[in-house]
Amino acid sequence: MNWKRAAIASLTAVPVIALFAWGFGKDPNNIPSPLPGRMAPDFSLPVFAPGQPPMALPVGDTVRLSQLRGQVVVLNFWASWCLSCRDEHRTLSAFARRYAGRPVHFLGVLYNDFPAPAISWIQEMGGQEYPSVNDANAHTAINYGLYGVPETYFIDGSGRVAFKQTGPVTDEILTREVDSLIAALPASAAPPAAAPAAKPGPTGATP
Amino acid sequence: MTGLLAHDALLVAMVAVLFGAIIGTLGIRGHRADWVQIAFGAVYANFALVTVATLAMIYALVTHDFSVSYVAQVGSRETPLFYTVISLWGALEGSILFWAWVLGAYSAAVVWFNRKRSGNLVPWAAVTLMFVALFFGILLAGPANPFHAVFPVPPDGPGPNPLLQNHILMAVHPPLLYLGYVGMSVPFAFAMGAMLSGEVMSDDWIRITRPWLLVSWGFLSAAIIAGMWWSYEVLGWGGYWAWDPVENASFLPWLTATAFLHSAMVQERRGMLRLWNLNLMVGTFVLTILGTFLTRSGILSSVHAFTTGTIGYYFLVFIAIVLVVGLMMVAGNSDRLRTTGRFESAASRETVFLLNNLFLTAFMFTVLIGTLFPLVAEALRGLKVTVGEPFFDKMTMPFVVSLLFLVGVGPALPWGIATRQQLKAKLLPPIGAAVVMAAVALVSGARNVYAVLAFAFVGYSAFANVREYWIGMKARHAAHGEDWFTALRRLVGGNRRRYGGYVAHLGVLIVALGIAASQSFRSEREATLKPGETLTVSGHTARLKEVWGRQEPQRAVIGATMEVLDHGKVVATADPRMNFYPTQSAPVPTPQVISSISGDLYFNLMAFDQNGSHATVKLIVQPLVPWIWFGGGVVVLGAIIGVFPRRRRRTAPAAVRQPVPPVILPIPREGEA
Repeated sequence: MNWKRAAIASLTAVPVIALFAWGFGKDPNNIPSPLPGRMAPDFSLPVFAPGQPPMALPVGDTVRLSQLRGQVVVLNFWASWCLSCRDEHRTLSAFARRYAGRPVHFLGVLYNDFPAPAISWIQEMGGQEYPSVNDANAHTAINYGLYGVPETYFIDGSGRVAFKQTGPVTDEILTREVDSLIAALPASAAPPAAAPAAKPGPTGATP
Repeated sequence: MTGLLAHDALLVAMVAVLFGAIIGTLGIRGHRADWVQIAFGAVYANFALVTVATLAMIYALVTHDFSVSYVAQVGSRETPLFYTVISLWGALEGSILFWAWVLGAYSAAVVWFNRKRSGNLVPWAAVTLMFVALFFGILLAGPANPFHAVFPVPPDGPGPNPLLQNHILMAVHPPLLYLGYVGMSVPFAFAMGAMLSGEVMSDDWIRITRPWLLVSWGFLSAAIIAGMWWSYEVLGWGGYWAWDPVENASFLPWLTATAFLHSAMVQERRGMLRLWNLNLMVGTFVLTILGTFLTRSGILSSVHAFTTGTIGYYFLVFIAIVLVVGLMMVAGNSDRLRTTGRFESAASRETVFLLNNLFLTAFMFTVLIGTLFPLVAEALRGLKVTVGEPFFDKMTMPFVVSLLFLVGVGPALPWGIATRQQLKAKLLPPIGAAVVMAAVALVSGARNVYAVLAFAFVGYSAFANVREYWIGMKARHAAHGEDWFTALRRLVGGNRRRYGGYVAHLGVLIVALGIAASQSFRSEREATLKPGETLTVSGHTARLKEVWGRQEPQRAVIGATMEVLDHGKVVATADPRMNFYPTQSAPVPTPQVISSISGDLYFNLMAFDQNGSHATVKLIVQPLVPWIWFGGGVVVLGAIIGVFPRRRRRTAPAAVRQPVPPVILPIPREGEA
């Protein structure tokens, strides 16, 4: 046994093992989105689930993203067939209730699904605080480069995507992102107390 | 209860192999034959105990014992019995258990068949196998324990992954793959045994290893073909190979093992390539473990990835140990490995084998680099890249066509030196077949250079290999007046290795022909049809009869009935379907294939209207695809012929050689292939 040669040969294994060790534990499907920092693609989609007051919108109204400019928007893509959406639903809904009256708008976007099963899903889950719109042809999902559901986009007051969460959101992520985006809103944006009045209503929703 | 007992059996098995490996090592070092016998006993004990655990798992699955964690994970009362049994390997823990069982069976067989052999080769091989078994024992004891007690006991489980209960081939592909993969541990163990016992120069390990390697190689070949077939019949994309990382992982050790099957002959016959052969066997084993690591760790994006957990870390440590120990052993022994022969001529069989090894290894590295490149790119540059079919197709085609050519040249050349007449007599006639095949390809519309070359070389090599049979049969017929069938039987029986190898060659060529034809002449169309409307693709017409739906216990099924028409008459029907499983976000398609010897009609339901008024159907016409599956069978037949030891005949051996001019039939010696 030539130990010197053996030792040198074994060194050649080091980069290979280092590579595997490095790559291990990384999710190869976690592809970074090019969207953060860019303008969020605009859409106008019909409301199919109204949500609870004070966030409620009438069914059939059209929501246009550009009309929500000036406020933080949390866009959550979901579907009734999606299992992870069940996991995050309670967190999202509770968080939205807690932030009611703050300058932040929550909107569910139904992806690859039909309103009927989605409405019964909402009932089964014990209601949804915020309204949901239907992305019937998945055009919006394509514009956002949706990888799967759930995915959540955080859009700042100027209409730029600040952060994208692939997979279920947690309370920590919601708090961190929404708080920092609200803090970054220009001073002219509505102070918390005046929020409901200052909320730019979606088309046709203004009384 | 079952779970508890089975887990205890696994723990005892783990202790047995640890103890066996230690006492075996001490026994060999201390020249204590009785201790070595105890180590052999540990191999048998491990096999018996893992068998008990595996049977317990099957029992738990069949009786729907949801208190066993693995059953709660993959079982379901609605799953048919057949799929319940095969879900043994449907998820991570069960597959590791099955792996350990196959390894136990191989190890026991190795020890049993070589128990009377003297020397330290077999004891060291047994110790190596026990160390490998120890790793899987550790996995089963901890991170991959399939026998966790579940409380409270759930009333029912989710059932196996829908994709895995869609087709009968799921019962075939995984066990074949395990038999092939795990079997590669045996040649590795013999290679390690040769180095540890200092018997590297005796070439004995090569002779002992060969049948074991051939068995594993046969299983692996069958597994790869079965996997292609499964993906073709189930996944609905109309293809059979996508260069997915895990497909590649099964192919890499096949390439090195194939190289070894050839280079081992050079070592046996000419005393060359000793170091190379050790490298190939250690490398093959490392590649199987790498393949398993890739499947089980989720490190690369793949359709085969299992749910990941801590188990990847164990694999990482194991692969590191195997790599370091393997490299150290080979490098440390390298100056003991002397070449005793030398190349006498460029035109000889050993030169062809050398080229064959060069191309196979280069092929392997190309695929390996393509597979790992996304990882490397991200590590070094932070880039997310995918390496897909264009890379693999472009980079590997030169190797493929070169190898197809060599398949015809190798059997035609003698060992040592070939004379000019020999070369002429052997290498020229097959050119006719090559020209015919190339012409057929060109007339049929093939324009890709590699495709035309592939057709030509398939023709060349098939002719050359069949001709070897013909020459041998003709000689027997002339010398003994044997009828042709007897001549064939005795010819093959007289040198199974050689003629089994030629059969495997023909199988590979048939596979290559099927792939070349289906890739070159595939045509497809997609159309939205109302009932009664037809769709025509390159001369084949199909009519939509109806769109239907039905509810099954575990899923909802939508199907479209298509009638294949020939001059207005219905000659066949196909029912491509979509299956909707409640737990799946997207429907699982079930294409339907109508096969004939000339090729397949591949129907896939792409979309349908809720009220049945129309359906979108894709029809792919794929020439010669069934030849791929048939060729796979021929490869396996070749391995089966080659694996049996040469039968001693009273009359045959001497008689075979006499009447044959040595120019044409190189005199077969014992052990030649």
